[in-house]
Amino acid sequence: MRGAALRPLARILLARQKGETPDGIERESARLRIEEMRDKARFRAEGRLVVLALLFLCVFLAVGGRMTLMAATDPEEPRSAISATGIVAQRADIVDRRGRILATNLDTYSLYAQPPQMLDTARAARELVGIFPELDAERLVRDFSGSRKFLWIKKKISPEQRQQVHDIGEPGLLFGPREMRLYPNGRLAAHVLGGYGFGREGVYAAEVIGTAGVERTFDEFLRDPAEQGRPLQLSLDLTVQAAVERVLRGGMQMMNAKGATAILLDVHSGEIIALASLPDFDPNNRPVPLLEGDQSDSPLFNRAVQGVYELGSTFKIFTVAQAMELGLVNTETKIDTRAPLVWGRYKIKEWDNRNYGPELPVRDVIVKSSNVGSANLVLMIGEERQRGFFAELGLLEPSPVELSEAPGSRPLLPKNWSEIVSITTSYGHGMSASPLHLAAAYASLVNGGTMVTPTIVKRRTARRGARVVSPEVSAQVTQLLGEVVSEGTATMAEVSGYRVGGKTGTADKPRPGGGYYRDRVIATFASVFPSDDPEYVLIVSLDEPVETSGSKPRRTAGWTAAPVAAEIIRRAAPLLGLRPKVEIEHDDG
Amino acid sequence: MVYGSLPIRDSEPILPNWWRTTDKAVVSCVLLLLGVGLLLGLAASPPLAHRNGLEPFHYVQRQAVFAVLALAVMIPVSMASPKTVRRFGVMGFLITFAAIALLPFLGTDFGKGSVRWYSLGFFALQPSEFLKPCLIVVSAWLISAVQEVDGPPGRLFSFLITSLVVALLALQPDFGQACLVFFGWGVMYYVAGAPFTLLVIMAGSVVAIGVVAYNGSEHFARRIDGFLSTDVDPNTQLGYATDAIREGGFFGVGVGEGSVKWSLPDAHTDFIIAVAAEEYGLVLVIFVIVLYLVATVGTLMRLVRERDLFIRLAGTGLVCTFGIQAFINMAVAVRLLPAKGMTLPFVSYGGSSLIASGFALGMLLALTRLRPQGEIGDILSRGGN
Repeated sequence: MRGAALRPLARILLARQKGETPDGIERESARLRIEEMRDKARFRAEGRLVVLALLFLCVFLAVGGRMTLMAATDPEEPRSAISATGIVAQRADIVDRRGRILATNLDTYSLYAQPPQMLDTARAARELVGIFPELDAERLVRDFSGSRKFLWIKKKISPEQRQQVHDIGEPGLLFGPREMRLYPNGRLAAHVLGGYGFGREGVYAAEVIGTAGVERTFDEFLRDPAEQGRPLQLSLDLTVQAAVERVLRGGMQMMNAKGATAILLDVHSGEIIALASLPDFDPNNRPVPLLEGDQSDSPLFNRAVQGVYELGSTFKIFTVAQAMELGLVNTETKIDTRAPLVWGRYKIKEWDNRNYGPELPVRDVIVKSSNVGSANLVLMIGEERQRGFFAELGLLEPSPVELSEAPGSRPLLPKNWSEIVSITTSYGHGMSASPLHLAAAYASLVNGGTMVTPTIVKRRTARRGARVVSPEVSAQVTQLLGEVVSEGTATMAEVSGYRVGGKTGTADKPRPGGGYYRDRVIATFASVFPSDDPEYVLIVSLDEPVETSGSKPRRTAGWTAAPVAAEIIRRAAPLLGLRPKVEIEHDDG
Repeated sequence: MVYGSLPIRDSEPILPNWWRTTDKAVVSCVLLLLGVGLLLGLAASPPLAHRNGLEPFHYVQRQAVFAVLALAVMIPVSMASPKTVRRFGVMGFLITFAAIALLPFLGTDFGKGSVRWYSLGFFALQPSEFLKPCLIVVSAWLISAVQEVDGPPGRLFSFLITSLVVALLALQPDFGQACLVFFGWGVMYYVAGAPFTLLVIMAGSVVAIGVVAYNGSEHFARRIDGFLSTDVDPNTQLGYATDAIREGGFFGVGVGEGSVKWSLPDAHTDFIIAVAAEEYGLVLVIFVIVLYLVATVGTLMRLVRERDLFIRLAGTGLVCTFGIQAFINMAVAVRLLPAKGMTLPFVSYGGSSLIASGFALGMLLALTRLRPQGEIGDILSRGGN
């Protein structure tokens, strides 16, 4: 067909030669040309029509999609009563293990303004500032007189404030119902509960969402309408928690510490009965996070979970327990304790440069807390096996407890687990873990030797974890811990009527730039009670304590953390239903 | 005729022929849309009747009458041949053009600020609604004439006529109709093979006009600002519509339970889709969207097979104007486009709109009927070469 576009000269010349007129040929050629043009236009038009059809498909799909998106969201100012349930406002309560309320909801009001309906904006602004001093009168007047037709003034107001706003008599000031979270016990268990904030907001309802602690971890459960408001039952015991917090606060002041934490754990179920971290805060009025400086200075910092520190000599019991489990030693085996132990360019010394003589039996390595003895034990075990044992105790992974802060608080481990690392970790230096890690590991050792997973939620049935040490070793470990209290470094932890076992740990605090402070320590006391048949583990850790009753300041855990722990046990044990064995003492006397 | 012999018909009877060749999908869509319109009228118009002191379903009754009239216009028109459609289109254009030109002298504004209507006593006639389809037919005719040997410069003529009409509409002022008319012409020009650069220039000039209008007209600027600002002012039509759609959710708040119709002055016309979304939910809205989609895209695909240039252009213009009007109406309610009053064809209340839509779709149906497309001739003539 291409040839038709040109004038068919050959045919015309041929026709002329024959003496015919070439008009017919020319007409035929022109007709073909036009037809071809039309065909081309038609094909182009067909393509363009398809484009148009696709365009319409797209725009209608866009409208439908947008409509779907809008239909799936809730209205800001609902008009009909039927859809007022759009935001499911009712958040489930949180209760302790005996069903006592830890967190519940309170009906309150939010205050908003519709400036077009306002009569006297200047007066309204003045009166509002009289009720809420934190508001800025000039800004209010500007907002009221500008082009805005709707603005929030306060998200939560009390009934008294609401009445005062009513009394202004301004028709443009309106209220929307709000449900707010209430923690009736104030600061109690603040770090466990966490806090809340408002999510999506409408005039007639707002979503309450958890921002920290169990409120955040169990946010979905608490908001799930399918649970029909079934409360979240925690493993905490409110009275024990109150006693622990009270004693800890007193102990922290007495020992001049800047922070303190205590964890009380059931060794069989892994339930956390009490968890305190000081300084604390009121979750009803949660402070803002620090924007600069060390987050661990903020009251929001949960030392029990987030406070990843070197925990010192409390780790020695792991070394001894493993050596016994492997059958390398028994409690009476003599261990070389000549100080200092020279290892390459490192010198391992005892605390305060003491010297416990050429050798000690294993039980005295624990009772007297010998660094050199632990080091020699771990050299018998070997670093691979030590690392494996720590992993079994859960000391190398973030704690599995159901607090939103836990997954982010990984233990700090040295990069390669060399021999010198294994020597220092044998007495608790060189690696850092949280007090909660320590609590779970102690519970695993003393409960008969099975792994404990700590939990903040009440468990229906106790689950037995994987075996860590044999029941015999577990019993021996408990025995050793008891001896530490009865005749070792922690004699101040004795509680009349209760048999307590435990291990002290005093670790120098690391400087931010590297190296260690000479006069700042983390004093930790890990205790178990009753030590003849352990049921609970209590960890008490004080940040920079110093006890000044003596001639020179004392900082060791035996002088600081141990007496605080003893006082906590004295108060908490009866609340936990443990009977003091007064009669036996009486019989002995 | 010999006594006793059977009469012989040389063609198929009209009605069976109509039924066989008509685009039944479009007819069904129109009937369903009219039904939805009546259904929504039951919901949306009682507040208006209440305000005007009439019995609750006054406007529904009128809507029903108009719907019947629209069908009565649409079906006979759809039986016409393309040539008849063209002739009546041209005549209709002359009449409606004269009517629009005379509006400033004889028309009324019903207190709404722009003179668009003739008051006929029992209802208000808006001639621009009828002018639209007629102008499309005329333009299509002119543009298709270019293809004839020694044909007139139809594109230029049609552009001049369209511009004149746009100017007249803008003077009323009725920017919505003006844009629609211009859009219809642009689509036809595009299908007729407009060069690409020209299309880009046209799009650019539309933007430029928009900017000028934004700076020049306070009314226009306010609408654009309202559209661009992120938070919807809850006390505007848009705010009410947005709330209504959100409140309706997927299955609606229930028949008669909706409340947006009491706040929206244009609930029965421009924002009828918001009423639908509130009372019947997303389900009905999606159904309506699908109806428009089927009618528009189905017709366009039918036109792809059409060989006659006039029919194709006129059909494209008619169906695109119909589709874009539906799109703009719904897009405004969901804030995809700035606020612009535009009726939802066949669903919104309004006599002129309904009957004119029936007239336009009648012409469209007449143009899209199945007829021989000359494919056989094509094969034969090509085979000869």
